[in-house]
Amino acid sequence: MGLISRGFTGRRREGAEDLPPGQYLTHDFPVLAAGPTQRVPTDDWKFTITTETGARHEWDWAAFTALPRDEVTVDLHCVTRWSKLHTDWEGVSLDTLLADVETSAHYALVESYGGYTTNLPLEDLTDGQAWVAFRYDGEDLDPEHGGPARLLVPHLYLWKSAKWVRGITLSDHDEPGFWESVGYHNYGDPWREQRYWE
Amino acid sequence: MSWRVARVSGLRDETPSARTLVLDVEDWPGHVAGQHVDIRLTAADGYTATRSYSIASAPDVERVEVTVERLDDGEVSPYLTRDVIVGDQLEVRGPIGGWFVWRPEEEAPVQLVGGGSGFVPLMSMVRTHAARSSSAPVRLVYSVRAPDAVLYAGELARPPGHVQVTYAYTRAVPEGWPDRPRRVDAELLAAATWPADRRPRSYVCGPTGFVEAVADLLVAAGHDPRTVRTERFGPTGGTR
Repeated sequence: MGLISRGFTGRRREGAEDLPPGQYLTHDFPVLAAGPTQRVPTDDWKFTITTETGARHEWDWAAFTALPRDEVTVDLHCVTRWSKLHTDWEGVSLDTLLADVETSAHYALVESYGGYTTNLPLEDLTDGQAWVAFRYDGEDLDPEHGGPARLLVPHLYLWKSAKWVRGITLSDHDEPGFWESVGYHNYGDPWREQRYWE
Repeated sequence: MSWRVARVSGLRDETPSARTLVLDVEDWPGHVAGQHVDIRLTAADGYTATRSYSIASAPDVERVEVTVERLDDGEVSPYLTRDVIVGDQLEVRGPIGGWFVWRPEEEAPVQLVGGGSGFVPLMSMVRTHAARSSSAPVRLVYSVRAPDAVLYAGELARPPGHVQVTYAYTRAVPEGWPDRPRRVDAELLAAATWPADRRPRSYVCGPTGFVEAVADLLVAAGHDPRTVRTERFGPTGGTR
């Protein structure tokens, strides 16, 4: 136990027992990004998966939105300590996008319009754990929240769910992304409270 | 990154709802302007609550100042702004953040745009600029509800380091102010900020709606989005 704060009782908020350590519940949807909101017209939008051999798999908006889509309800956990439960998304599973991709790579570097990057093990993108999402709460995804499409990897802190996603590069080596290069945890599991590099 | 014990060595009321805590931190490693710290409170039964607060001071050996805005429905900020007394001990972890930072070695013009308590990390930049006698030219736009909500008003009245300060009062203006209450808009930014061709580095911090609006206006005015660094917080989210 840490140092006791004289006279502090705290408030043990509603639902806190279902949240990862150090998180509190919010009902609105805060916006966090390191720079201005990107606005990418769907006419110009492309999503590319590049393998460790340089092979490219590319979808434009029409091809992407013609793929089978999942409707998922997931909890979001932001490293700035808010959590939002039971959010409804539609998107294309990474299992679908990776179905015809031949790779033996272990790592993925996710890239966004505007230059943002984030890294994660490829195994965290497969087996129904990740989507490229383009609808939220029954509507097209707003640019503030990452539209036209964002990565959605809800079992990791939300900075891994890159907004304005444009592609994924698969590699045999792990390359730190944007926040991972400036002090945030390389993996980012909210249940193990992996916020920062030790 | 480990928790350190901090002793509260001073308290300053900045506005009716914001207080600065001066913390003496054991083995404090120093910070860069724009970074924040986590503060952890622990109740007698072991329950803990942690929040992040921006650092307001310039880098110093073992002293760090944070300014906390009281949120009436908050869990941590009422304790820090009302209950804490000099001599209390708190736990802090940090410094945290490596993107929304300004280093005094950087020579490019600096554009600061703060809204409400989002001004706090920008004040650390203003103070660092002065403390290190930086030659980088700095302009500041500070959007604030009313004159009595201005943080560090006395210090900003004689801005250190020749910083050019422009206020935008959104609800109430000082007596004799030549303008009505207004939000930061394209016209104000055109008059008060560096033009895009000076290639400034811009730092925009405040509530989400404010940051969205200002960042969009800067991009529309020709600023390269990669030069516009933002930090946002909502009523419940973000770093406060």
